[in-house]
Amino acid sequence: MRAVDAVMECLKAEGVDVVFGYPGGANLPTYDAFVDAGIRHVLVRHEAGGGHAAEGYAKASGRVGVVFATSGPGATNIVTPLTDAMMDSVPLVAFTGQVRTDLLGTDGFQEADTFGITMPIVKHSFMIQHPTEIPRAIHEAFHIARSGRPGPVLIDMPTDLTRAEIDYQPVGDLRLPGYQPTTEGNQKQIRLAAKALANSRRPVLYVGGGVINAGASAELTELAISDRLPVTCTLMGLGAFAAPHPQWLGMLGMHGTRAANYAMDEADLIVAIGARFDDRITGKLSEFAPRAKFVHIDVDPAEISKNVPAHIPIVGDARNILPRLTAEYRAAGADPERLKAWWERIEGWRTQHPLTYEDSSDTEIKPQYMVQALYEATGGDCILASDVGQHQMWSAQYFHFAKPRRWINSGGLGTMGFGLPAAMGAAVAMPDVPTCLITGDGSIQMNAQELATCTENGIPVKIFIMNNGYLGMVRQWQELFWDRRYSHVDMGSWPDFVKLADAYGATGMRLTEKKTLVEDMRKAIETPGPVVVDVRVTREENTYPMIAPGAAARDMVG
Amino acid sequence: MGDPGTKELLTLAELEASSGVRTGRKHTLSIMVENKPGVLTRIAGLFARRGFNIDTLAVGPTDDPRLSRITLTLDGAMHPIDQVTKQLHKLINVIKIRDLEPADTVARELALFKVSADGGARGEVMQIVEIFRGKIIDVTKRSVIIEVTGTWEKIEAFERMVRPFGLVEMARTGEIAISRGRGET
Repeated sequence: MRAVDAVMECLKAEGVDVVFGYPGGANLPTYDAFVDAGIRHVLVRHEAGGGHAAEGYAKASGRVGVVFATSGPGATNIVTPLTDAMMDSVPLVAFTGQVRTDLLGTDGFQEADTFGITMPIVKHSFMIQHPTEIPRAIHEAFHIARSGRPGPVLIDMPTDLTRAEIDYQPVGDLRLPGYQPTTEGNQKQIRLAAKALANSRRPVLYVGGGVINAGASAELTELAISDRLPVTCTLMGLGAFAAPHPQWLGMLGMHGTRAANYAMDEADLIVAIGARFDDRITGKLSEFAPRAKFVHIDVDPAEISKNVPAHIPIVGDARNILPRLTAEYRAAGADPERLKAWWERIEGWRTQHPLTYEDSSDTEIKPQYMVQALYEATGGDCILASDVGQHQMWSAQYFHFAKPRRWINSGGLGTMGFGLPAAMGAAVAMPDVPTCLITGDGSIQMNAQELATCTENGIPVKIFIMNNGYLGMVRQWQELFWDRRYSHVDMGSWPDFVKLADAYGATGMRLTEKKTLVEDMRKAIETPGPVVVDVRVTREENTYPMIAPGAAARDMVG
Repeated sequence: MGDPGTKELLTLAELEASSGVRTGRKHTLSIMVENKPGVLTRIAGLFARRGFNIDTLAVGPTDDPRLSRITLTLDGAMHPIDQVTKQLHKLINVIKIRDLEPADTVARELALFKVSADGGARGEVMQIVEIFRGKIIDVTKRSVIIEVTGTWEKIEAFERMVRPFGLVEMARTGEIAISRGRGET
């Protein structure tokens, strides 16, 4: 059969039910194979949308997301999603077309060095040199993408090679001698960690997206409630521990709660699980958690002691390690009473510094209230995607995530334009769960074309635009750190998002009234098909609390 | 977003305080990689991206045609070697990395020197070549080309000796190294 038909067979063997993509000259053979393959292909309106949709699909379902793009501009258009997936450890396989082999290196039409361009932003990549390599490359790509620390894998396929006839045999083995991720944690280290935890008087569990990737939320919860261990999550970890919960401190980091950040500051033992001590978490590194010893559990050994030296490193999969840590911790017979003073201290911070904002007394919609209203309108029972900026932080603060894989956002790379396509991918992956998107008037315009994909394919994403007419987060930084010299942050008043929705065949609404906001949002959610809701909020509102850049956690402001 | 709170100038002490564990000595990493296209680019790219400086780099085949050996040296005073090896291990095509113990390693480098040596200087140059067990492989009226093999330190020492005569050109391969056999001698 043709190599491209073998591609389809391999996708089916990997259990792929849907892919996102965009055809072009160099992947015409692949698209010909789609005609009879019986695999659902969602035609996006821009390859970047396809890449982010595959990310949203992967984040919501835990399965590998798949994106197809052509050579040259098609491939360069997925550079951002690939980088995003790399930063947030999203399992993704990208297939790019390439010019035919005799044109390689000649600056042929729509030729780009995709393999070279994407090398620093993928977990691995394959440049196909012979058609018979294709099936094995695909299976290896899926294996690499989903195992260990997940990430994006790219397969670049010259068009002539994909048309070639090959003798396709299902691939039974993988040949990856240099790739054997450690999943099983070292028992001695686990026992050591359990003892340290049992002896600690001010412990904190600091949980990142790795716990969600490992599917270890239940195991984490088991550990946390085996005693009264306080839990905080990173932006990527939200949902790994059910919020609200008495042991839940809220998110930590730059816009985290005071309780979480102060607890990190005063902790004597921090157990980091699938988290990577990003600068948005640590603030000033030299003053980060100065009293703490660190247990660091991560499947990627390179993360351990990268930013903060770990006293007890444990390399492995959280799902393997956490139950064993819980068992050892129980066996250590810790005295729960020792945490009493610690909880009193934490309760003090909670009472003194809850997440709060000054609500409007008239009809004006405060952006924080908009998130609270959506939480109320949905009962929290939805997938919530976000874009990047103030609305993202407020969503993380005021929407409570009770389950993993319900919060879809771009953390590491902070990609504006991620939201709509990612929400679309999530909705395709989980058709039985309502999918909402909170985005900004800036972010939505970076991939608004995907509205057409939503309407054409009946993908019923409910889009709530937090419209303040500003690039809010940049404006906030200009206000706070650049003497209020606003430079190119005013987005003006166009487009008319209701008309835009209409043009794309979606339902458009504009909400300006606080009193009926929850009810109006419910109506939007109940409206079939994609809905665009333009919510007009306070123009100049700042995201607080905040650890100023380069400052320490205990110096939070706002 | 740039951090306006960040100082523009950092003192050396601050830089040192912020870094990982540094050994302060030269390290020789022997890296076995799959003999596949792009592997060297991946390694070079990784070093550039993470800000690691390679002192020398040598690539060649091994006894197994499917594998190549990359020998690279880098300064442990500049880089946390632990981070370097862990990041290298993440590359799928990297099969094995050994941070060779100096006492347990045989390392050699080959260097070619073109030294101006006319008249009276020539005899002196030849003497130095002999002491270093080098070879003169080409002679013209004005200069000689010398081949020297040895450890990195020996090559450095030879260079210091001949430089005063007028070093016209120099080419070095970078060190290659393997660990000593155990209990076989």
